[in-house]
Amino acid sequence: MTTGVKSAARTAETARVSNEPRLSVEQASYAYTPNPQQAPVFTLEATSFQAKAGEVVAVLGPNASGKSTLLQIISGALQPLSGRVLLNGFVTHQFEPRTRGQRIAMVQQESQLLFPSKAWEFVLQGRHPYGKSLRFESDEDVTIAQNALAQIGAEHLADRWMDQISGGEKQRVILARALAQQPLLLLLDEPTLHLDIGAQVDLLETLRRLAAENRYTVVVVTHELNLAGEYADQVVLLQKGKCLRVGPPASVYQRDLLEQVFQTQLTVETGASGRPRVSILPGLS
Amino acid sequence: MRPLTVSRLLLQCLILAVILFCVMVLALKFGAIHVSLYGLGRDLLRVFLGKSSEISTEYSLILNLRLPRILLGAFVGAALSIAGTSFQALLRNPLADPYVLGVSSGAAVGAILALLLEPHLALTPEIAAVFTPLGASIGAIVAVTAVYFLGRRDGRIDSNTLLLGGVITASLLSALITFLLTVLPSSNFRGMTYWLMGELSAVPSRPLAWVLRVGFAVAAIVIYTTASDLNLLLSGEKEAMHLGVDVRRVRLIVYIAASALTGLAVSVSGAVGYVGLLIPHLMRMIYGSDHRILIPAAAFGGAIAVVIADVLARTIAAPSELPVGAITAIAGAPLFIYLLRRRFA
Repeated sequence: MTTGVKSAARTAETARVSNEPRLSVEQASYAYTPNPQQAPVFTLEATSFQAKAGEVVAVLGPNASGKSTLLQIISGALQPLSGRVLLNGFVTHQFEPRTRGQRIAMVQQESQLLFPSKAWEFVLQGRHPYGKSLRFESDEDVTIAQNALAQIGAEHLADRWMDQISGGEKQRVILARALAQQPLLLLLDEPTLHLDIGAQVDLLETLRRLAAENRYTVVVVTHELNLAGEYADQVVLLQKGKCLRVGPPASVYQRDLLEQVFQTQLTVETGASGRPRVSILPGLS
Repeated sequence: MRPLTVSRLLLQCLILAVILFCVMVLALKFGAIHVSLYGLGRDLLRVFLGKSSEISTEYSLILNLRLPRILLGAFVGAALSIAGTSFQALLRNPLADPYVLGVSSGAAVGAILALLLEPHLALTPEIAAVFTPLGASIGAIVAVTAVYFLGRRDGRIDSNTLLLGGVITASLLSALITFLLTVLPSSNFRGMTYWLMGELSAVPSRPLAWVLRVGFAVAAIVIYTTASDLNLLLSGEKEAMHLGVDVRRVRLIVYIAASALTGLAVSVSGAVGYVGLLIPHLMRMIYGSDHRILIPAAAFGGAIAVVIADVLARTIAAPSELPVGAITAIAGAPLFIYLLRRRFA
């Protein structure tokens, strides 16, 4: 009887988890004040959106619109001034550092290493939140790291030095380290910044696939309107610290809105995939 | 993939311990009095077997005079190397080192102030033994805190600013030391100046030796428990935090422990420069940048280097002695410039 109740409860829990949003950003705001006596130099106004497991959310906006700040708040690294961010019902900035490392993985714009290391050593760092005091890696950790590299097709890079591989390859290894964390939430801060167009498409396709296969919730900050439009389930559009719109690309990509945000003349069409496509109109701005 | 295992770590440590032991035995041989390796080995064995009364006067002199000095050198080298390794990881600066950052100078000021205050405080012998290393450790912590804040710009550690901050702090503190030594009547100027250049001739008293041993063991173990966190800190505080490192906690305990190690070393040997800078680099070339092996390797490497430097200091200009700090600086400065030229910073 008890077992039956327990299993029913578990089924209900599973159903709840899969139907309810995994990530919930609720009226989160932030103010950056270098000197408490002065007015804040940057504010991010209350922003809300939700995302389920397997969804890809793109955060878009011009420079200094608050994209990276929003990502830091979601990650729990910054405590929001008001509002909160929940991951499976838990407030992200209240996670213990280790727990946070097990739930949330962050891929920064660039990862600068002080001393060179091999790619496999770098990927194994993703197992750090799971280790004990001195964290000698177990066979399981090694397998997980190998799988992470395999999942993004970078096994051949394992024995290469991090400072001797190309920007695109490095980005893959950094992503593999994030996968080795086995997170629920994968955050990426302008991962396409130094990549050529082929590598950008490749990365976004990989993210799309990973979100579906591993049931990650992915939040990616990017400048690439068309890539976001093509691969994201939802877009969060920011301008000067204000969240202007949240929704599927087709509803956010409206010519007037994008022209006003990016201060340039452009057209929005529907591409062959049924998703919006943005072209700039040179010389008209 | 071949991650570090406990057995590989222990094997490497054993190899380094054997090398250190051999270097120490050789160091016992060299000096003003000539002795044979055979005689040394025989008498060392007698000491180990508890038959100290059977050893010859000549060898007893060597074991009583040279051995403590060699052990002190090993301690100083290990302490400074561990401190240097920690500072390099924590400040994300490959040129960081207790000497370059002004931490040694801070420790020296603390030690001098403690020495000057001590006669006025009517301390018990036990507390008096701890007083100088404690003053030096506090001086080191104050200096590293000052340099840390000097090196911060917009909430981030800026490598170049940090290094300049360290150089300026060091020169300011050196001026302060000169001032203290000149103005205060009780100071033994020549002796103090010699001590400041780094020397190992003052063998610590028994209570002080215990303070050094316990202090070293505690600080080194505390730093070692953060070894895997330090690995992640190499790619920056933010990244480390996202990988589950409690950055604030690690930063605090490693700063205090590394400054304490510097303070302990400076209080007995003055400022022996460049050991904390070069030995970690040398060991990194051999063992890679995994701090779980790098920290013990740097400790052994530092011990070996200072023992060798002290042999040179004792023999190069025999019968007079050079300060060991002069030897490490002569060897270290060109290597520092080489690393700088390789744009490690």
